[in-house]
Amino acid sequence: MSNDTFFDEMWLEEGGVRDPYRRFATWFDDENPKDLRAKQREAEDLFRLAGITFNVYGRSAAEERLIPFDIIPRIISNAEWQRLSRGIEQRVRAINAFLYDIYHRQEIVKAGRIPEGMLARNDAFLPQMINVTPPGGIYTHIVGIDLVRTGPGQFYVLEDNARTPSGVSYMLENRETMLQMFPELFVRNRVQPVQNYPTDLRRSLAACAPAGASGRPTVAVLTPGIYNSAYYEHAFLADQMGVELVEGSDLRVVDGRVAMRTTRGYKPIDVLYRRVDDDFLDPLNFNPESQLGPPGIMDVYRAGGITIANAPGTGIADDKAIYSYMPEIVEFYTGERPLLENVPTWRCSDPDSLAYVLDNLSDLVVKEVHGSGGYGMLIGPTATKRDIAAFRRKLRARPGHYIAQPTLALSTVPIFSRAGLAPRHVDLRPFVLCCPEGIHITPGGLTRVALKKGSLVVNSSQGGGTKDTWVLED
Amino acid sequence: MRLTIRHTTRYRFESPVSYGLQQLRKVPKTGHQQQVIHWRTEIEGGRKELSYEDHHNNVVELISFERGTQDLAVMSEGEVEIRDTSGVLGPHSGPSPLWLYQRGTTLTKAGQGVRGLARSVEGETELDRLHSLMQVIHAAVAFEIGDPHAGWSAEDALAAGRGVCQDHTHVFLAAARDMGWPARYVSGYLMLDDRVEQEAMHAWAEAHVAGLGWVGFDVANAIAPDRRYVRVATGLDYSEAAPVTGMRIGGIGEVLTVQIGVAQQ
Repeated sequence: MSNDTFFDEMWLEEGGVRDPYRRFATWFDDENPKDLRAKQREAEDLFRLAGITFNVYGRSAAEERLIPFDIIPRIISNAEWQRLSRGIEQRVRAINAFLYDIYHRQEIVKAGRIPEGMLARNDAFLPQMINVTPPGGIYTHIVGIDLVRTGPGQFYVLEDNARTPSGVSYMLENRETMLQMFPELFVRNRVQPVQNYPTDLRRSLAACAPAGASGRPTVAVLTPGIYNSAYYEHAFLADQMGVELVEGSDLRVVDGRVAMRTTRGYKPIDVLYRRVDDDFLDPLNFNPESQLGPPGIMDVYRAGGITIANAPGTGIADDKAIYSYMPEIVEFYTGERPLLENVPTWRCSDPDSLAYVLDNLSDLVVKEVHGSGGYGMLIGPTATKRDIAAFRRKLRARPGHYIAQPTLALSTVPIFSRAGLAPRHVDLRPFVLCCPEGIHITPGGLTRVALKKGSLVVNSSQGGGTKDTWVLED
Repeated sequence: MRLTIRHTTRYRFESPVSYGLQQLRKVPKTGHQQQVIHWRTEIEGGRKELSYEDHHNNVVELISFERGTQDLAVMSEGEVEIRDTSGVLGPHSGPSPLWLYQRGTTLTKAGQGVRGLARSVEGETELDRLHSLMQVIHAAVAFEIGDPHAGWSAEDALAAGRGVCQDHTHVFLAAARDMGWPARYVSGYLMLDDRVEQEAMHAWAEAHVAGLGWVGFDVANAIAPDRRYVRVATGLDYSEAAPVTGMRIGGIGEVLTVQIGVAQQ
């Protein structure tokens, strides 16, 4: 694939600037590159001061790293955003309806729209959630849908992160940094705000409190602790929402509720925004070795005494094998055609698909069904012969563990490189809040950018950076 | 037949318990072959926090230890009316889909031993084959009196050639699922003909046979459950139907005494 087949979000192929970037481009042309370089360094200092770092698994030498920030914003017009957000809302509604259905009557299986084996042989299906209805009927309180763009109106959903999507603190800090460094840009451009996210999150979580909670429900954030790669974000969100940050050892079952230790005794929690995976959430009900979650929380949950956000068992909705059924899932529960495209996906459990995938490994992206974070995947076009041979063996040994997708021509947005503006591939993770009153999508989200020229991997653990994402008012 | 049941579990600890929980599955189920006339649970040294029905329709009670206690006693008693259905319970009902009971678990994973055993099963009908499976396991695993070996899997028991009712049941579940039948673990009470006082609850298996529905198999005794069997909790294996699952902080040096009385009224 040659470079000019990629859609650039700033520059038109025939020359000139795309509409949403017009005012930005004018400003940029007037700036002195030397000053901008200084600003880029200043931005990095701001991040270091704020303490935003993340841990990279398996790299003890550089345990804490700064995610690089690029000062060129990614700009989306209001019209583009409207279309996109309708698609996201439709998808999130379908995901919640799907989760309710598979943990109750399983109509979608009875209707033959997805095979029984997709649930029966899926480790992400959590039997403990059968017949449990979460307060307000909400399963995915917070969703981060990963989107990629391949053309002016062409967006694909890459992944539905329905467990505990992270990255929202970068969205907020990126905007904060841009506002501090380039206030004049926000005078020239009317950019939709993202700073209300913590307030919106708190309100949305509170609206999901169990029946019988007080007028101002008690919300808390549960973190696995300071060694977790996203600890900064857990602390940041608790602080921004004005709620307690707790660890498993701070919590006990008291009077049939989950309560947190305070200076004035134990206080019951109505809504727990947990950033602990299902398996580690409750040693009495799941992994008995875990010390990250309070024993008995699932019992309290099943008795209706607490809201767990996101609900346990939502992982099945962002499972990569289930992903390939998302068009059917959206149609089945909304009665509408999906507004957002799914990436065509080969399920390697199917022998014909496996044969095709094995024949075309050098053109495909192969992912582990239960993997995340860009680990354990093969990107055919940039992989070495050895990598491909290794994956061929893995695929033959455990085909059901893999899916394959075509390599998408991800859009590019310029970054500010040594040589000036240079196109790099991006994705977008908008953050979606769900509560019984409705679905709220923060305009924009987190843009991740592959800083290496030509790279299609945007994950921060694999050398990706981030950008501020603007949705214009007009 | 109407049975009266008393079940007392006493824990004594050398050092005080600072915090602890127990998840109990001790309330008999009401189903078409048995009816709970009355049942109550009393706790000393602890308190009941909540209860709910889980995805196998088990009544789950969560209790907490009283802070600093060195004694905990859980006493349940009640009356259950039982109909003899020759072990047949009928069509599947309840919240979990039937396919769930085909899922293997760590304790009921079929390996070489279980598969070898399954190959010697004979019979024309599904029911014949399941009865044959029960006999084959009964012959292969000698019935032991005493405490279960904690954490023994089906393969472990088979390799040892001995086990308690829990082990017989696990071997049956592993084999039955491997042969294609949905199957589940049952923990419950068994009235003994020669005495009232007992030290432990009993366990048996149920398999789902097309056309008939769920059918019980008491593998340890190689018979079909009858009017002497009281179903309490069900699950994919022991861990999901266990009468007690607990955690505690403090409370070292546990001494446990169990008294069970099952009598015909």
